[in-house]
Amino acid sequence: MSLLVTKELVKYFGDTHAVDHVNFTVKHREVLALIGSNGAGKTTLVNLISGLFPPDRGQILFRDRDVTHESVHGRIEAGIARSFQLVNLFDQLSALDNIALTIFSRDHKTKKLVSLASADGAVWDEAYEVLRLFGLDAKARMLAGGVSQGERKLLDVAVAYALKPKLLFLDEPTSGVSTREKAPIMDTVTSVVRSMGISAAIIEHDMDVVFNYSDRIVAMHQGTILADGTPDEIRRNEAVRTTLIGTADAH
Amino acid sequence: MEVLLIHLVNALLYASVLFLIAGGLSLIYGVMRIVNLAHGNLYAFGAYVTAWAIGGVAAGAPSSLLLVLLPAGAFAAAVLGAALEPTLLRPFYKRAEEYQLLVTFGLLMILEDLLRFIWGPYPLSASELFENFGSLTIGDSLYPTYNFLVIGVGIVAAVFLWAFIYKTRFGVVLRATSQNMRMASALGVNVNRVYVQAFTLGCFMAGLGGAIVVPGQSAVLGMGVDALVLAFIVVVIGGLGSLEGALVGALIVGVVREAGIAWFPEIELAVLYLAAAIVLLVRPAGLFGRP
Amino acid sequence: MSTPAVAASAIAREAGSLRHVFRWALPVAVILLVVPWIVPQYTAILLTYGLIMAIGALGFNLLLGYTGLLSFGHSAYFGVGAYVVALMVKYLRVGSMELFLLGAIVGSVIVTAVFGFVCVRYTRIFFGILTLALSQVLWSLAFKFFWVTGGTDGLRVPTPSLLAGLATGTGDKTDFMSHTYYYYVLVIFFACVVLMWVIVNSPFGKALQAIRDNETRAEFVGVQIWRYRFVAFLVSGVFTGLAGALWVPLNGLTTPDIMHWTFSGEIVFMTVLGGFRSFAGPIVGAIVFNYLKTYAVGYTVYWQLLLGAVLVALVVSLPTGIVGTAERLAARWKKGS
Repeated sequence: MSLLVTKELVKYFGDTHAVDHVNFTVKHREVLALIGSNGAGKTTLVNLISGLFPPDRGQILFRDRDVTHESVHGRIEAGIARSFQLVNLFDQLSALDNIALTIFSRDHKTKKLVSLASADGAVWDEAYEVLRLFGLDAKARMLAGGVSQGERKLLDVAVAYALKPKLLFLDEPTSGVSTREKAPIMDTVTSVVRSMGISAAIIEHDMDVVFNYSDRIVAMHQGTILADGTPDEIRRNEAVRTTLIGTADAH
Repeated sequence: MEVLLIHLVNALLYASVLFLIAGGLSLIYGVMRIVNLAHGNLYAFGAYVTAWAIGGVAAGAPSSLLLVLLPAGAFAAAVLGAALEPTLLRPFYKRAEEYQLLVTFGLLMILEDLLRFIWGPYPLSASELFENFGSLTIGDSLYPTYNFLVIGVGIVAAVFLWAFIYKTRFGVVLRATSQNMRMASALGVNVNRVYVQAFTLGCFMAGLGGAIVVPGQSAVLGMGVDALVLAFIVVVIGGLGSLEGALVGALIVGVVREAGIAWFPEIELAVLYLAAAIVLLVRPAGLFGRP
Repeated sequence: MSTPAVAASAIAREAGSLRHVFRWALPVAVILLVVPWIVPQYTAILLTYGLIMAIGALGFNLLLGYTGLLSFGHSAYFGVGAYVVALMVKYLRVGSMELFLLGAIVGSVIVTAVFGFVCVRYTRIFFGILTLALSQVLWSLAFKFFWVTGGTDGLRVPTPSLLAGLATGTGDKTDFMSHTYYYYVLVIFFACVVLMWVIVNSPFGKALQAIRDNETRAEFVGVQIWRYRFVAFLVSGVFTGLAGALWVPLNGLTTPDIMHWTFSGEIVFMTVLGGFRSFAGPIVGAIVFNYLKTYAVGYTVYWQLLLGAVLVALVVSLPTGIVGTAERLAARWKKGS
């Protein structure tokens, strides 16, 4: 049984077939890379699954439950979370606050109007623990807007992780980050994900990252899935090589 | 039958003025993504200037002269707009949107009192021109001929604007800037100049609305905010940023208001708000709007 | 550092900031408590007006400073509070302040819920003009139904009895207002300040700030945006409605102009004057503004012009308002010494 299954998922933007009858699956406890040139439909697929907008046709089944018309809130409750390509944080709150808020929201504690947030020690404990997992504990008190780009990327993932999802979508977690910083970020992310038994689907352009960190690779092109297999299988796949030449890092 | 015709003409009259105000608002938003809360006061400013020109300064002059002076309010509003954009608005494009709203709200308050300061607290009328036009007989009733002038101006303005935006080079530049400011700038468009020109044009339209309406009704304090709220209803229905939307919205509001006056005179404004609320619920971006 | 220790230190830091707050708040509270004994009656009454406006501004700023929604129609809720009290006097022959407050809260909740339902689906300019438009509708209704509301003449409200009849204004009215009523308002003011402080520092308050900072991400951490904005709107409106209810017995009269957009503009102004990005900003701004208005109105009839020009000047050069600028200067002075 797969964790996530999409059936003939379709999304058109005017004449553009952004996602064209896509049957995409994510299994339990796997790290999957979603690759493809710009405009292949990767982000649109993630947007559809995470609930940013509804599909034109098709179904999304998460843990055997139809979430196609579920709200963003509902999907988060079900266990789907995502990070963003362009870092999306609460810049005027501290790193710790960013995570704590996520936990408050996850535990439905944000409904509390007349109790002090600082009084809930358990939430702050857990928030700090999440930061520590991602190596950000030293920056706990700094404003999210003020830490380095690499740290912001990690924080973005940490916020999504703090929702305790079963499936985590990461949209280009290493983009905009220097090559030197990429490996530590991916090491951290994949170790956290694997140790917690979460599945992660990572949109990535950096082929190094893709081949080194994923269990399975799904290649998209012009809205459809071109290939789906292990890194070795994908490496040998002619169609993938032809369409991604020039867009992949030269290796 | 004639009664229906009169209602229709009234609706068109109202729609013409609203189109000018709301169209200006939409144009500015479409190009610059800002909404000037003081926009209604530019309409009021146009009304006051024209009322002063044809009702005060040139009172008693022949109609032809008064007609020539009629657009004075539009030009005055345009000049005011051209002065305001680079000084008060441009510094805030890059800042948080609350500041933009606060500045234009401050501007609204300043203009409101400026009108009182210059022209006093009493209504300013310029009915001479209105009366000189006489009236037509429609069925059993007499209908002011001047109103047809207003409708005419509205139609001409709509056509002119459409031609200007879709058929001229400046229009192309305007549309390009509104769709992608950065790209337009990279292609060599002087965005600052386009902005001030678009803003001036929008203010001209609002001022023109005030100018043509004032012979039929006096310029009063508070007309600016009333106009702002009505223009808002128009763009809610038609969609902010779209001239077709402003046109359609103005027509709908004109018709609904006229229907309201005819059948539910007590709650005329409420009927309008209800119509706007229904549109908002069904199509939050308006009929032609873009988010 | 082990996690419980860090969490503990985080709480300690919050408590520390609480201590910091007390360092300012306590002396101010003491001063407020002794005011009627050390200043002339007129000044005490002026301060009462200021405290009432501060409650209203505090409510307004929950929306602006903490949720990022700029309302141009808060005069509506102030007016609802005031008119509910006046109507209770007119039709129910009620004279108890506590009943007035209760009625005002109920009235504010209803109106705010209806207006909020419509308004919070939108943000920024749409939200702003929508709030303006709705308050104008209410204002025009106050005129239209003049047989109920007294039209431009308004409705009179006599001195109420406080604390279920314990304190009645049977003596000199000015004396009553500058002493007994002042303390009544002061207690409610303290309660409102504490309540609002807890709200903005609650998990709910953090969610609001998240929505303000990044609506998309807030949604994607599971915050249902509309609901939170709606509740914030509700709380905001009720605080302002409460202010209106406290205001009308002091003023003795309520007229439609307190529901006009110009009064909304004053609420916006006083909050920006004090600094809308801080908790105390609206309080300081309201009290200062109220004081200034009383003197300025005597000098010029072009009050709107003055307000508008100062508002623009504030936004251009002192966007953090009095409190923000004071904090910045204090930090610089501390660094220098």
